[in-house]
Amino acid sequence: MTTAEATRSNLPTILPPSGGILGALSDLFWRRPTVLLVVMLLPPVLWLGVVYLGSLLALLIQSFFSIDEFSGLINREFTLKTYGELLRPANLDIIVRTVVMAALVTLSSAVIAFPIAYFAARYARGKWKALFYLGVMMPLWSSYLVKVYAWKLILAKEGILTWLLSKLHLTALLDAWLSLPVIGGNSLSVSFTGTFIVFVYVWMPFMILPIQAALERVPGNLIEASSDLGATPRQTFRNVLFPLALPGIVAGSIFTFSLTLGDYIIPQIIGTSRLFIGQAVYAHQGTAGNIPLAAAFSVVPIVVMCLYLWGAKRMGAFDAL
Amino acid sequence: MKSYLKTCTALALALGMTGNAFAQVKEIGAGEGEVNIIAWAGYIERGETDKTFDWVTKFEEASGCKVNVKTAATSDEMVALMNEGGFDLVTASGDASLRLIAGKRVQPINVDLIKSWSSVDDRLKNAPWHTVDGVHYGVPYMWGPNVLMYNTEAIKTAPTSWKVVFEEMTLDDGKSNKGRVQAYDGPIHVADAALYLMTHKPDLGIKDPYQLNEDQYKAALDLLRQQRTLVGRYWHDAFIQIDDFKNEGVVASGSWPFQVNILKSDNQPVASVFPEEGVTGWADTTMMHVDSEHPNCSYMWMEHTLSSNLQSDLGVWFGANPSVPAACTDGSGMQTKEGCTANGFDDFDKVHFWTTPTSKCETQGDQCVPYYRWVSDYIGVIGGR
Repeated sequence: MTTAEATRSNLPTILPPSGGILGALSDLFWRRPTVLLVVMLLPPVLWLGVVYLGSLLALLIQSFFSIDEFSGLINREFTLKTYGELLRPANLDIIVRTVVMAALVTLSSAVIAFPIAYFAARYARGKWKALFYLGVMMPLWSSYLVKVYAWKLILAKEGILTWLLSKLHLTALLDAWLSLPVIGGNSLSVSFTGTFIVFVYVWMPFMILPIQAALERVPGNLIEASSDLGATPRQTFRNVLFPLALPGIVAGSIFTFSLTLGDYIIPQIIGTSRLFIGQAVYAHQGTAGNIPLAAAFSVVPIVVMCLYLWGAKRMGAFDAL
Repeated sequence: MKSYLKTCTALALALGMTGNAFAQVKEIGAGEGEVNIIAWAGYIERGETDKTFDWVTKFEEASGCKVNVKTAATSDEMVALMNEGGFDLVTASGDASLRLIAGKRVQPINVDLIKSWSSVDDRLKNAPWHTVDGVHYGVPYMWGPNVLMYNTEAIKTAPTSWKVVFEEMTLDDGKSNKGRVQAYDGPIHVADAALYLMTHKPDLGIKDPYQLNEDQYKAALDLLRQQRTLVGRYWHDAFIQIDDFKNEGVVASGSWPFQVNILKSDNQPVASVFPEEGVTGWADTTMMHVDSEHPNCSYMWMEHTLSSNLQSDLGVWFGANPSVPAACTDGSGMQTKEGCTANGFDDFDKVHFWTTPTSKCETQGDQCVPYYRWVSDYIGVIGGR
């Protein structure tokens, strides 16, 4: 103790350069803070720039190549031919099908999620709030595949839902629904209705949480003021609550929309076997070796999402970030 | 002059290296300590999934070669991995093997060095998917047919034709087959349609279901479009198909013996047949990389695949057929004669083995529709176009 204090009192005011590489580095960083900044930022920027954007760029370039009709080899000359192929009826079907499904899933998720989020934000307190979080998050803890397979069993022709409906003498209702064109099918698990239900279920937490966060931020006195001024609950919802919660809804919709747009596992397990964009990409690059067309297909969700985000920005979804 | 000499040396070296790489192995030396194999999932088991299925541990003990397995999910993945290099062996299916040979990624095999070669099924020894111009590029591993599986309660008399999955009809239980049949969710299923047309529309002149000219191809697609109206969902994953037969009311579909065996062991009312039109099937070959770093261990493994319990036990495990006929009966593993028959061993001649369709084809004067069009058109068919 005494020796240490003695040494400290003898220290010179101006330090000699500290020895070793680490010491020199430390001095350099102290004298030139920008160097430190560059060193700290370089890895993440490289990651973003090279690994992330670089691979996206590689993908984009691939989509401008084309496949040779005869040999099946990739022709590395820039052309728009592959994009032209996207406009073929079969491929256009896939794009329209996926975008319509994503839009429907997003809308329904919003409609179902809003009351749940509203209850959680306004009324749930204490242990109920904890239970709410648990309830919403719990599906996210188990494997996505397990959930999808479970739904396959629930929706199957000889599954739980059919059994329940037959006990309730509502089989005719189900049959009537399944006999509808496009959305119907042999059973719920081989129809678009089934795909839709599972999509809504799987992505629901991603919609509830942002809406709830947005609703928490709406001051309670605004609602009270609205009714004090004579607005009916409907008017309060339309003119006060909904506009203030909109950024949350839009943020949630970005999740559900983009997740549905890119998913290729749910439609493979539940549905009519008609392809979605993700499956088309998988089929073209995996088995056919038609990488240009696969790349062109994967550019579609990027374009759709860019348009969507542009619209979302205009609605103020990112103002609260 | 100096640079000229350098070039000469480099050329000589390069030639020497390539020459070396392409020559067959003359004799098997001591093992190099390991062997790297690309295989289908479930193909190389060391008792980790199920204790009773192990055909690696004994090989490792006897040869001193550690077996490293890289599983691949598709033939394209196998080709890509082989192009990348760093592997010794691959269990290539018929749609990958010829590509590997054409791309010079695999080396000829000296069958004289494989003691048990003579035990290989005579029908497979010179199979065109691994023997090119009389040169062997691999050792047959396993093969299996795509059979017609059906529900014995809905279809009382065994169907003799694939008609049940292609054309609408009333089944024995008095209901239509509409919505109760399945088809494989892969473009290669076009070949099954072509096989059906080969018998039922002989005037189309289809000689080989993997070699279709424009007219034949169009007819096959039309048949598949008709099939689309009957199929609720196409099958892709063996376990999903098993579930569909149990819970979805599916009563007939092309399938693998694997699913048939599992459903039967679960006491489900199913059976399978080889319809009169014949069936499609797959045959895998162990092939050796041209730059294999462990040739001795590789040869030892190839010998092991033929002479150990592998052929017999893998047949049971995978629902496949051994390339060594004796494995059905010699008790080297768990397979029995009945098991082999159930897996379609006796119907080899009816199997049209998988090959990749290319525009170059013998039977139609090099005017065939290549595989990538099968892919895009089959997507259209499933989509209802």
